[in-house]
Amino acid sequence: MIDAIEPEFQHLDRPGARPAGSRALIEVIGRSGLRGRGGAGFPTAIKWRAVAERSQGSAVVVANGVEADPLSAKDRLLMVSYPDLVLDGAVIAAESVEARDVVLAVNRGFADARGALTAALQRRRERVKVTLVDIPPRYVAGEESAVIHFINRGIAKPTGTRPRPFDRGAFGRPTLVQNVETLAWAGLIARRGDAWFRSLGGPALPGAVLTTVTGAVNRPGVVELPASGDMAEALAAAGGVLGGPPQAVLSGGFFGAWSDPEEARPVGEGGGMVLALPASSCGLAETARMLDILARETAHQCGPCFNGLPALADVLTRVAFGRPAEADVTRLRRWAGQLGGQRGACHHPDGAVGLLLSALTTFDHDLRWHLLRGACAGSQRPSVLPPVAVGTGWR
Amino acid sequence: MRHRLRVNPIACDASGVCAELFPERVRLDDWGYPMIDPTPIPEALLPHAQRAVTNCPKLALVIEPVTA
Repeated sequence: MIDAIEPEFQHLDRPGARPAGSRALIEVIGRSGLRGRGGAGFPTAIKWRAVAERSQGSAVVVANGVEADPLSAKDRLLMVSYPDLVLDGAVIAAESVEARDVVLAVNRGFADARGALTAALQRRRERVKVTLVDIPPRYVAGEESAVIHFINRGIAKPTGTRPRPFDRGAFGRPTLVQNVETLAWAGLIARRGDAWFRSLGGPALPGAVLTTVTGAVNRPGVVELPASGDMAEALAAAGGVLGGPPQAVLSGGFFGAWSDPEEARPVGEGGGMVLALPASSCGLAETARMLDILARETAHQCGPCFNGLPALADVLTRVAFGRPAEADVTRLRRWAGQLGGQRGACHHPDGAVGLLLSALTTFDHDLRWHLLRGACAGSQRPSVLPPVAVGTGWR
Repeated sequence: MRHRLRVNPIACDASGVCAELFPERVRLDDWGYPMIDPTPIPEALLPHAQRAVTNCPKLALVIEPVTA
């Protein structure tokens, strides 16, 4: 959990009364350019349309507040501080796709978010049925099919891409699974229009994004940024960098990519997570710690994941902390090639492989050092990652 | 209509039969799990693909139409 949080959410405050959802609103959302804020960035209106076409008054809207990435805190903060915005968005979505049920899927570790949503629900009167479901705090439990699996059968493991949720999802009915931040923005677009939303970002990446900035910054926390913003903007919004320019940034959390801060993609493409790596740290060591966590978070269903991830974590740990050989690096690249082709029921192996490959490129210089002289001084320093508790159980 | 192979990764338990019977589109990774080449299968090879599907002990392999 991120400790210090300094919200400056100028666009979330005083939203005004909730307008009704409708098919026409889906087109407004389409024109706004809103994309999913849960990491995948899929265009929101396309999902809403697919569910609306199949609903016949039976659909389900699942508000996804699982937020299992240790480097993200924005969904939890949103649910705690703006529960009505999340509920407004979910109900507007339900009206737009003619859904009968709303399920709030909230990470079991977020007692504060559950409390805020429950209190808000008690103040409100809704025509749709709203229920709250506690999702086990596992990394892959927030994946769309895993959330549906848990709602239907009480098991928070991904099931793969078929059947698609818009055909058959929660309770066997057409289902819209949407991240809570996406729903909140949809509710604001319903009030203020698509042009307003577009004006918050740039032409290619419209709108604003809630972004969790951590690592070597003065005020780690959640900030609101234009989706088109760059790393300099993200770091400045978090109070500026701590102790000199960072050697690299990680954009996109545990499924993200390391890069030079100047070469990073805009924040709107980074899943709402930025980590600044101080010059004194070792990027290979941090990546080895992350891969180890991802390996232990495998749902143990697919070969590429339960074989591949522990193997990658093992070898990278030797590279970062032990006495590596050139063959270790060759092996990492060979396995990355084998494991990264969307071979799992979810993207867990792909996320891990992407993280690893970006580390091998960004920290190539460090890699040479480790091969020549063993672990560097940075690898002995404390981690900049927040403490992570690997979950147990899937029910 | 064009077709390709797909494996259900949850059902698969690395028997390796698919790679044995249809090496044109299936290779195995270092742990013996299949890596499927999604390139459409030529008409002439479809019977071989079908044989791999039928002989998978976990029924984890399917031939599916290539959409768009």
